[in-house]
Amino acid sequence: MQHHLILRVITKLLVSTIILFSLYVQFHGDFSPGGGFQAGVIMAAAFIFYGLVFGLENVQRVFPPWIVHRMMALGVMIYAGTGFFSMFLGYDYLDYNAFAPHHPSHGQHYGILAVELGVLVTVTGVMVAIYYAFAGRPPQVSDEDW
Amino acid sequence: MAVKSGTEPAVASHIFDWDFVFGHANYWLFIVLMMTGLYIVVARGNLVKKIVGLNIFQVAVFMLYISIGKVTGGTAPIFPLDMKVDPTVVYSNPLPHVLILTAIVVGIATTSLGLALIVRIKEAFDTIEEDELLLIERKLTAADNREHGPAMGGRA
Amino acid sequence: MIVTIIDILLFFMLVMTALAIVNRRRLFSVVMLAGVFSLLTALLFVTMDAVDVAFTEAAVGAGISTVLMLGTIAQTSRREKDPTRSGVLPFFVVAVTGAALVYGTLDMPNFGDPNAPAQLHVGPDYLKNSVEDMDLPNVVTSILASYRGYDTLGETAVVFTAGIGVLLLISGLAGRRRREDEEEN
Repeated sequence: MQHHLILRVITKLLVSTIILFSLYVQFHGDFSPGGGFQAGVIMAAAFIFYGLVFGLENVQRVFPPWIVHRMMALGVMIYAGTGFFSMFLGYDYLDYNAFAPHHPSHGQHYGILAVELGVLVTVTGVMVAIYYAFAGRPPQVSDEDW
Repeated sequence: MAVKSGTEPAVASHIFDWDFVFGHANYWLFIVLMMTGLYIVVARGNLVKKIVGLNIFQVAVFMLYISIGKVTGGTAPIFPLDMKVDPTVVYSNPLPHVLILTAIVVGIATTSLGLALIVRIKEAFDTIEEDELLLIERKLTAADNREHGPAMGGRA
Repeated sequence: MIVTIIDILLFFMLVMTALAIVNRRRLFSVVMLAGVFSLLTALLFVTMDAVDVAFTEAAVGAGISTVLMLGTIAQTSRREKDPTRSGVLPFFVVAVTGAALVYGTLDMPNFGDPNAPAQLHVGPDYLKNSVEDMDLPNVVTSILASYRGYDTLGETAVVFTAGIGVLLLISGLAGRRRREDEEEN
């Protein structure tokens, strides 16, 4: 895609905006539609968009596969770890009241933030890893055949 | 057929009741959609198209769940920012939304697993058409039978 | 009433798109129509008050899944071969299944009925209690992350597992290792 000048410029402008928007969706998910799943998919879409326009090598320099693969597992660990943390504080598994015993609804806010972060990390990791896996194979259909 | 209460008329006379038709048109249309998806899965031989058909089927099921959660005159289950909830406002049921929200993301993850299988099938058999795959499979079985059949005492 | 009419209009557009998908032979247009289908679905979810779901469907269906399917047809083939068998038997199977499902809906409460069984169980409890328990405006997030946190933990694990499966199948790591073994031998 070396010759698509407009596409390349617009992509550079949009990718950072999309990532910012996904963070907004993530952290504003308690107040408006959104949350970890949507934010993860949108953030992955930003990297996929970059990869489609600038090629797989360039996006993998920004976001190397080894980080992506570790993110997949890290998100589940954050989520499950939140549960174990509340267990070590003497409450039930995933009982967020543990994080602020004197102010239960604040504890819930902390807990929801933590698990949504776990969801964000896993979903971003998985979606980008799947894209890398598909795009990393040589295509069988040549560009002219579409 | 379970009629909900004794005073209600039998189902056959319900059909021409406009309230009933409008109240159920949604369900019938989603069934049409679901069956279109099922038809693609059953009748079309191309594996990618089968996955698209499965997606249509899946979306139809999502719609059923969401339409169950809808309350007439209701609004999206999001309170005002200052948390002063007006008791007269009707909110739709948020539980189906939660179930379907996660189901969509799980759906794309499993769809991509299916697509990955298709890529591997293309690599191994050089086709993604069901008919040709079945022919190849039959030939492989026959070859296996010829080679190992006697040792296994009949069919391998 | 107006909502029902919008619903039915959108549904008809969805059915038209689905029928177009049935008849297309070029997989590229099938994939693009699948993207259109997802966007229409998202609109329908908005009319049914499921804004969170609409958001997810728009991002997933029109964004990621289109890219993945295009990636797949780039790896495989771009045309579907002409069918060798007639579609009569599948049509019969589908018609019978559809008739059975329609028969099943006759017992269901009307669309949007506030006294339907689904509206009388845990849904209203969540709406009522989450004001006190969570103090968060978006009830969907409260249920997703807290009331039903175990569910979501499971869903996250499923997404993770599917990702692992895709990597095992097509990331090429296994093939590379096999090739290295062969070179050693």
